[in-house]
Amino acid sequence: MTGGPLLELDGLSTHYVGARGTRITRAVEDVSLTLNAGETLGIVGESGSGKTTLALSILRLLPPGARIVSGALRFEGEDLLAKSPREMQHIRGKRIAMILQDPMASLNPLFTVGDQVAEPIRVHEHASRRSAWAQARNLLGSVHIAAPERRVGEYPHQLSGGMRQRIVGAIAISCGPRLLIADEPTTSLDVTIQAQYLHLLSEIQRERGLALIFITHNLGIVARMCDTVAVMYAGRIVESGPVRRIFDAPAHPYTRALLESIPRFGEADVRLTAIDGQPPDPAALPAGCAFQPRCVKAIDRCRVERPPRFVVGAKHGAACWLCG
Amino acid sequence: MSNSRAASLTLPWRFPSVRIEAQALIPIVILTVLMLTAIFADVIAPYNPEIGTLGDRFQPPAWLTGGSTAHLLGTDHLGRDVLSRLIFGARVSMVVGFMAVIFAGVVGTVLGVLSGYLGGWVDQLIMRITDTWLALPGLTFAIFLAAIVGPSMWNIVIILALVFWTRYARVIRGEVLSLRERDFVRLAIVAGCSKRTIMRRHILPNVLNSAIVIATLMLGIVIVTEASLSFLGVGVPPPKPAWGLMLADGKKGMMAGYWWLTVLPGTCIALLVLSSNLLGDWLRVKLDPQLRQL
Amino acid sequence: MKRFVLKRIGYAVISLFLLSATIFFFVRVTGDPTTLLVEPGASRDDIEALRAQLGLDRSLLIQYVSFLSSAVRGDFGHSFYYRTPVLELYLSRLPNSLFLAVVAMTFSLVIGIPSGILAAVRVNGFWDGAGKMFTLLGLSMPQFWVGLLMILFFSVYLGWLPSSGSGTPWHVLMPAFALGWYFAAAHMRLTRSSMLEVLGSEYVKLARLKGLPEALVIAKHAFKNALIPVLTLAGINLVTMVNVAVVVETVFAWPGVGRLLYEGIAFRDFPIVQANVLLGGTMIVLVSLVVDLLYAVIDPRIRYDR
Repeated sequence: MTGGPLLELDGLSTHYVGARGTRITRAVEDVSLTLNAGETLGIVGESGSGKTTLALSILRLLPPGARIVSGALRFEGEDLLAKSPREMQHIRGKRIAMILQDPMASLNPLFTVGDQVAEPIRVHEHASRRSAWAQARNLLGSVHIAAPERRVGEYPHQLSGGMRQRIVGAIAISCGPRLLIADEPTTSLDVTIQAQYLHLLSEIQRERGLALIFITHNLGIVARMCDTVAVMYAGRIVESGPVRRIFDAPAHPYTRALLESIPRFGEADVRLTAIDGQPPDPAALPAGCAFQPRCVKAIDRCRVERPPRFVVGAKHGAACWLCG
Repeated sequence: MSNSRAASLTLPWRFPSVRIEAQALIPIVILTVLMLTAIFADVIAPYNPEIGTLGDRFQPPAWLTGGSTAHLLGTDHLGRDVLSRLIFGARVSMVVGFMAVIFAGVVGTVLGVLSGYLGGWVDQLIMRITDTWLALPGLTFAIFLAAIVGPSMWNIVIILALVFWTRYARVIRGEVLSLRERDFVRLAIVAGCSKRTIMRRHILPNVLNSAIVIATLMLGIVIVTEASLSFLGVGVPPPKPAWGLMLADGKKGMMAGYWWLTVLPGTCIALLVLSSNLLGDWLRVKLDPQLRQL
Repeated sequence: MKRFVLKRIGYAVISLFLLSATIFFFVRVTGDPTTLLVEPGASRDDIEALRAQLGLDRSLLIQYVSFLSSAVRGDFGHSFYYRTPVLELYLSRLPNSLFLAVVAMTFSLVIGIPSGILAAVRVNGFWDGAGKMFTLLGLSMPQFWVGLLMILFFSVYLGWLPSSGSGTPWHVLMPAFALGWYFAAAHMRLTRSSMLEVLGSEYVKLARLKGLPEALVIAKHAFKNALIPVLTLAGINLVTMVNVAVVVETVFAWPGVGRLLYEGIAFRDFPIVQANVLLGGTMIVLVSLVVDLLYAVIDPRIRYDR
């Protein structure tokens, strides 16, 4: 392993091409990120901002019609875009793992929990059935599932939502990946369980030295879990930097608006500010800055030219003309 | 009240804005031709379909040796002109088919709406009946009924409607169950509309889409059932020409090589069914993707 | 599990009751069932005797009960033509129909399932297009016409296959094909859409994310889940086949229950017709029951939940 960053994205763009080539949806556009081992990066944005497509792009598991059209993607120094499907298959699950949002839907209802946890171990490490199942039992224990010997033979529908999501977590760490991507893992959990699950993720990360990419629309989670954060809007990163700095002094109007829309204790009389309008259709983006139609601080230049990323502080940048 | 109207789904009379692609054009053309043939049968057909000259029996179609342009598609075992019989047969098939589908549709939709919306014992009752009905094999049940009441065109229509209304009821009821939870229905309830009004103004227009799709798909099955009944001899009684009946007659001449008596009527049936299936599939995709599972 | 089984059996029994009641209702609703239940050409006295025997002057409910009790005891009346109890007649023909249905079902599954899977995996490709065409033709062409065409081609024109009767394996080929053709298309369509739905599901996505080879994803995760609706349909279709085979059996003079029904109509032998409907419906109810119970074996959710 080289001393460089774990994951590097450089100008990555993923487009969906529909209607016989006439309709291009720029789901992810010109995204550049760096992630070091053991770090936690939060990716924040509304639905449709391209967060999930970005995650799937990293794993190169895009739905039909979507393609990475430009940019670079490097993991542990290796160029992922140059890998064959077979090589990518070896990377997925083993070196980069992902957790999806809905644990009930992620688990196959016809197979036991043990089978599904043991599966990647058998495939990636060519373990025997017995050894894989033993490891599966241990994994269930390490995600704090009580009575793992019993649970291993049960089916997904017999478990609660929190337990299922832990199992999905166990599947993810089963082969010792260096990077874990979590796509809104707590969104479908009860609020009371959410905190427990985040605690579990932090623990796993510490114990195994994992780097974590946390995709969410919940800024509270970002504040709690992440070292750095990238804010996405209409497929682009509009602001990125250390969490502390961004929360204290957001540079981009969108980030600012997001922060202002969170209700805070003790501010009972302050009106919640919502952001007017709707996120744009990624197939028909406005000229200039994508956020400009909803931005209270827009100037004329914003309507015409798209702002590049301006450096606002140490490792902190925002794509806004007002920062230039 | 008018607000909730605006919230309802695509109404079928907003059709003109829908683009008609090739997939729908062909079946529509075929169906229109068949309908026109059925309507203007008296004018188009060269001969009386029910009377034939025995001296002219088993003449082959015009393009084969022994055929003549006097009978473009040949004659059957009684000397009747095949083309004329096919034309009048279109009338029988279309009338029976459409009528049966419409009757079944009306009964099935109404019962489906009542069952889905009112719930309770009404629902249970209608559903039990529907389930039982569905357990009865369609064709066998139709034959059974035909044996009881005796064949005549109207009897067949009623029988077919009776056999097939349950297909509508099931699906419509499902739709109504989910519609019932929609906000615009709740608003109407809060506004104080009577159950009857809600069912009539809010639920019914929204299930019409599904009803139409089911109707087009049912047309094919109904036509085949009617043809089967005619083939077995319990359909529309002779000498009225029905395509299924022509197939039954044709079978007798098949071993002797008079192939046109089976191939031609069968092709007509297949064409009609194919067109209505194509149209139904296209409509299903256009009107409501949720129905894809049908 | 036991509760589930008992509940299902209970439903089946209720359905059987309703089924017999419906049939009974339709026969009696015409007012005077003696015209149906008596031989053509019977004398006045015979008619009166039948009327007394049926107890038509008693209340409808009592009539139904007696009808039901005879049915349960296996007495479905006597055939006029064959002069034997109808049940005996039906049961003697049933194996032929079942045999035909099994062959036709095998054919329809062997063609339908793999082509459906292929169409789904290579969606919008060549195989999918060919599959769609096959589906359309299969579902649109009436079975008896396919049968007639086959006779025309293989018997009359080529002289390869026998056009009627049963006895040798050659005899079953054409009727089975004619019968199974429609169902092959239906099964293919269902397999395809079921497979597509499963391939787009989250657990298949996760399976791919786990780095499982695509072949394993399809063969293990997608296949089993996709097959459930198809097998359910196929099970029920087996009985449907027996019932809709009326016309195919008539075309090919295949000695099954469908042909029996045809004879019932042709000879105005109403007891045969009535029994056919009753027994046909009963079979459907029973098979649905069996399929539901089998379902519980395959799908663990049902096993433990109910």
